[in-house]
Amino acid sequence: MFYRECGNYKATYKEDMAIFPIPLDKWGFFIILIFAFLVVPFMANDYWISSIIIPFLIFSLSALGLNFLTGYAGQLSLGHAAFMAVGAYGSVILYGRYEVPFLLSLMGGGLVAAAVGTLFGIPSLKIKGFYLAVSTLAAQFIIHWAITHSKWVSGGGVYATVDTPPLYIFGWLVDTVVKKYYVSLFIVVAMVLFGKNLVRSRTGRAWMSIRDMDVASEIIGVSQFRYKLLAFAVSSFYAGIAGGLLAFVYYMAANIEEFHLHLSFKLLGMIIVGGMGSVLGSFLGAAFIVLLPLFISRMVSSWGGLFPADLLANLELMIFGGLIIFFLIVEPFGLARLWITVKDKLRLWPFPY
Amino acid sequence: MAIDWLFVSEVTISGLLVGLMYSLVALGFVLIYKASGVFNFAQGPMTLFAAFALVSLLALVPLGLSLIGVLVIMVVLAYTIERVILRPLVARPPLVLFMATIGLGFFLEGLAQAIWGTQPRGLDIGITDTPFTLAGVLISRMDLFGAGISGVLLFGLVWFFQRTRTGRALRAVSDDHEAALSVGIPLRRAWTITWAIAGIVALAAGILWGARLGVSFSLTLIALKALPVLIIGGFDSVPGAIIGGLIVGTSENLAEVFLGPSVGGGIKDFFPYLLALVFLWARPYGLFGREIIERV
Amino acid sequence: MLECKNVHVSFGILKALNGVSLHIEKGEILAIIGPNGAGKTTMINVISGVYHPTPGRIFFEGKERTFMPPHPVAALGIARTFQNVALFKGMRVLDNIMIGRHLHMRSGFFSQGIYWGFGQKEEIRHREAVERVIDWLEIEHIRKVPAGMLPYGLQKRVELGRALAAEPKLLLLDEPMAGMNLEEKEDIARFIIDANEELGTTIALIEHDMGVVMDISDRVVVLDYGEKIAEGTPEEIKNNEKVIKAYLGTAGRR
Repeated sequence: MFYRECGNYKATYKEDMAIFPIPLDKWGFFIILIFAFLVVPFMANDYWISSIIIPFLIFSLSALGLNFLTGYAGQLSLGHAAFMAVGAYGSVILYGRYEVPFLLSLMGGGLVAAAVGTLFGIPSLKIKGFYLAVSTLAAQFIIHWAITHSKWVSGGGVYATVDTPPLYIFGWLVDTVVKKYYVSLFIVVAMVLFGKNLVRSRTGRAWMSIRDMDVASEIIGVSQFRYKLLAFAVSSFYAGIAGGLLAFVYYMAANIEEFHLHLSFKLLGMIIVGGMGSVLGSFLGAAFIVLLPLFISRMVSSWGGLFPADLLANLELMIFGGLIIFFLIVEPFGLARLWITVKDKLRLWPFPY
Repeated sequence: MAIDWLFVSEVTISGLLVGLMYSLVALGFVLIYKASGVFNFAQGPMTLFAAFALVSLLALVPLGLSLIGVLVIMVVLAYTIERVILRPLVARPPLVLFMATIGLGFFLEGLAQAIWGTQPRGLDIGITDTPFTLAGVLISRMDLFGAGISGVLLFGLVWFFQRTRTGRALRAVSDDHEAALSVGIPLRRAWTITWAIAGIVALAAGILWGARLGVSFSLTLIALKALPVLIIGGFDSVPGAIIGGLIVGTSENLAEVFLGPSVGGGIKDFFPYLLALVFLWARPYGLFGREIIERV
Repeated sequence: MLECKNVHVSFGILKALNGVSLHIEKGEILAIIGPNGAGKTTMINVISGVYHPTPGRIFFEGKERTFMPPHPVAALGIARTFQNVALFKGMRVLDNIMIGRHLHMRSGFFSQGIYWGFGQKEEIRHREAVERVIDWLEIEHIRKVPAGMLPYGLQKRVELGRALAAEPKLLLLDEPMAGMNLEEKEDIARFIIDANEELGTTIALIEHDMGVVMDISDRVVVLDYGEKIAEGTPEEIKNNEKVIKAYLGTAGRR
């Protein structure tokens, strides 16, 4: 009754092409935004914000980046975490060592990540599928080695970790959890909006055409060269920004060990479960991964310590793996499609027909 | 600067031997790629699983029985995989299957960790690692044993695929599912058999590498090392896996020894991937792989 | 408008085209016919830039473009449809046709991302063009449907829409009516003729249905075993001995 699409006529193409054509969707989104900006910082406790919400936001951003490359453009990438690392180190070094202002440092880190990502994406011009995946995997190993073996990068310590100095933005010290939250929120929202617009325009269509049938796409006039490399560049840029954010507001350091191969696979899992080729899906997938361990530990503790603590981490892995398989079989378009299906049912509620 | 030829030959031989062991790991991937058209990301965790299972069984029963026990486990695993994962996803594009194997990999890894914990275990198969000399060249006994077993398995499997009826049927399946079906080859059984063989290969690889490095999660990383082997040799070629493995083993050793010191070491970790990248440029489908031709 | 001189194409030892020369006049409808395997699709692929003649030369609007890869060829104003429908199955019909406008869209990376202003104006402008094509092809009712879910006949029509949306100078159609019933064929034939007359598009089509070929084409080129065996008006071709032999074999006449 409330959630209607019929009777909802669009008078102009402009309205039809809006991000949220259904009024309830649009209002819902604004409410979420208001909630996020104004309510959350005051209602949620510090633990929730710093350990759940901030990583959720940042990993969503990274997952979105991967979604551009793998979900929209169809280029499988197994090295996304490595590009995040490049962004992390890049931005921390720019800010800490060269005293470049924060936002510029962050962008700098993103741009370096984009450059590196494009480099490793060059093979995509000649090869597809798993072969391409191996190239991105190579990125993961090579970048790991490069960062850990480069004195210039790591500052010559035993470990390749570079600590972040205190964060000042326009002279404003970002030290509390709430401030960090706002920084992350602003950046993530801005970049997600940009990404969503990109994806519903020419670039998004070009990417999807490459994914669906690249030979035909080229014949129609989509330059494979330009758009494949663009996908790698944009995707790695987002990864780099996400990595930088992690270094500045979450880990408080750029640490290569946090951007390991497993994370690359986790990110891939996020977009599979959340929905490939969907902006919302990136968020749903990230939320899922961030919340899953919590959910499991709650479940386990409510069963009164029947299982040893080790089991938690293992169960998480097993459930994650099992769910990936489950979603692939049952709903290959992930949670995002599930959400659309629920909305469809709501359209007709309470009349099933 | 004088080159110590003895040293070079030792490094080379050791590389060749290790390379053969990489080939064995790569073989597991090739088998599944040939049968199901998918890169089995879970091969690494499968290797780990098999190795752990063996270690546990060895504590209870002698080697022979343990081997049979693990074999049974791997066959059951293959059957389960076929039923739960392959069958529902039969009509989907290979990318979906690949992602399913990622999920499977996570699942098996978690399961292995849950059952056996995270402590590395030693695997003693009765080979002492005292090196012996052949014409003045130092050779590791372990390396030789590993290479020997790998070699036997590899050539045995090549023979199996080329000469036996089942082997030929499996090759038909990998070429074209539907055509194979139309000639009366039971697809599901073919898949189960292939995955079971891959499981056995995983077991062998697990034993050899486990004996060499200890049974722990680094075994899954060895599986990833197989990827450059596959790039160089071709994803669907058994001889390619052999040659690719030899190339990777030798080159990584040589690179580590001769280039390593000047860049701070650790080259072994990524050199094969660098080589793979070069191959991706020059010969994307590997030395023996088949090119994918699309008709417009 | 388009001229192919002495085009040879080989796939390994298989010679697909053996010295074929043909030309397409501006504003005409040219039909390329021939038995299966004659090399018709290969010829179209050569014109699209997917294959390059070895040897041979291609001229478009007077300028040589023999070795041009596919996407600059598209930029010249050549659009096509495919024998096995090459729609982008994961995208909606609307998006499939919008991508036909790809080369006409002028919004840069940042205009798209910021959207407000130029990016949005471009989207709306091209959406209007696409809607005109959708109206013209009478497919309004399916515009939001994912292309992969459409029945075959409609898919072919959407593919035609995608090619038309590019406002091409030369339109190449590879068996646009394959697998259709009589009614659907009439519809498509009507669209082809309308595109030619109303929009002035030059059209080259591969087709097996002789009735259609006779009815709508201005000129016909006949290929067999990679060679051109006849060329002329539909009337001339109908009575050409070589053509009849190619289709029916030597025993008996139609």
